[in-house]
Amino acid sequence: MSEDKDRGGFFDTGWRPSGDVHRDEDGRPHDHPGVREDVGLGVRASRALAMHELLVEKGVIGEGEVDEMTEAVNKRVPSNGATLVAKAWSDPEFRTKLLEHPKETVIESGFVPEHNADIIVLENTPEVQHMVVCTLCSCYPTQLLGPPPDWYKSFSYRSRAVTEPRAVMSEFGLELDEETEVRVVDSNSELRFLVIPRRPDGTDGWSEGQLATLVNRNSMIGVAAATEPGTD
Amino acid sequence: MSAAAAPKLEFSQGDRVHVKDMTPPNHHRTPWYIKGRRGVVLEFIGMYVNSETRAHGDSGMPELPMYRVEFEQTHLWFDYAESPSDKLWIDLYEHWLERAE
Repeated sequence: MSEDKDRGGFFDTGWRPSGDVHRDEDGRPHDHPGVREDVGLGVRASRALAMHELLVEKGVIGEGEVDEMTEAVNKRVPSNGATLVAKAWSDPEFRTKLLEHPKETVIESGFVPEHNADIIVLENTPEVQHMVVCTLCSCYPTQLLGPPPDWYKSFSYRSRAVTEPRAVMSEFGLELDEETEVRVVDSNSELRFLVIPRRPDGTDGWSEGQLATLVNRNSMIGVAAATEPGTD
Repeated sequence: MSAAAAPKLEFSQGDRVHVKDMTPPNHHRTPWYIKGRRGVVLEFIGMYVNSETRAHGDSGMPELPMYRVEFEQTHLWFDYAESPSDKLWIDLYEHWLERAE
């Protein structure tokens, strides 16, 4: 087993799972100058390590369970949502299915909703712009968009999104016509919302893979437009 | 959401409702800014675990009817300065709603 195998796991603290920590015969971790893993093992990391060892020892969790979970969390990235949006742009049948049976379609597409939360998919059009916020906390479709960005969790966004949504969108570079109706969606229940942004002009004949590169994270929250071709 | 038999529902699409203006001591997920405000039921969205009791260690059962309710932004914020057509959508448990005239 390589010395580096477990680097960057649990909390990214640089600690290594049970059994890999170098200890003296009396049980104290010993110095290993130049070995990154043993440098800067702070109070929290030490505590997490001790907890992990105990939980494994007592059989509460399996040896590799935390690593598996970490791996699963790392697979939650905005390109998951972008894949769905690009497919919905390209395939009208899939678009209808995604809008009408969102959870089933998301699961069929290989994504597992966290906490078994329901998914609602909302489509932006020239007439309607949906924009998602969680005023109470930070509810977010992490399996499709990855962890929420800091601004999404900020007090500022959570209050301004409901009181001046157009001003917020404008700061994200999106200027809407007054005729476009804004629907702010406050995500306060056991549901997560994914927004399908408007497909940019000049993308006729693009493949799903090409289209997906235009589907940025913010456009799937509804605060911004999809990326214009040739501007990324 | 459960796939249980269709529940008896108090409200249906298009009903005008008030959000009850109450502040129970327990956890609840009805934000203050819609309390006492008038909206329109967009749809019944399903039966959901009661997060108000589950937050206190209960199972959260039985599941309760939840509705998506639409509010006029200009009704929520007296100084709303953006477009008069703007809306707010939020999901609310049935027990937070009462029929409005």
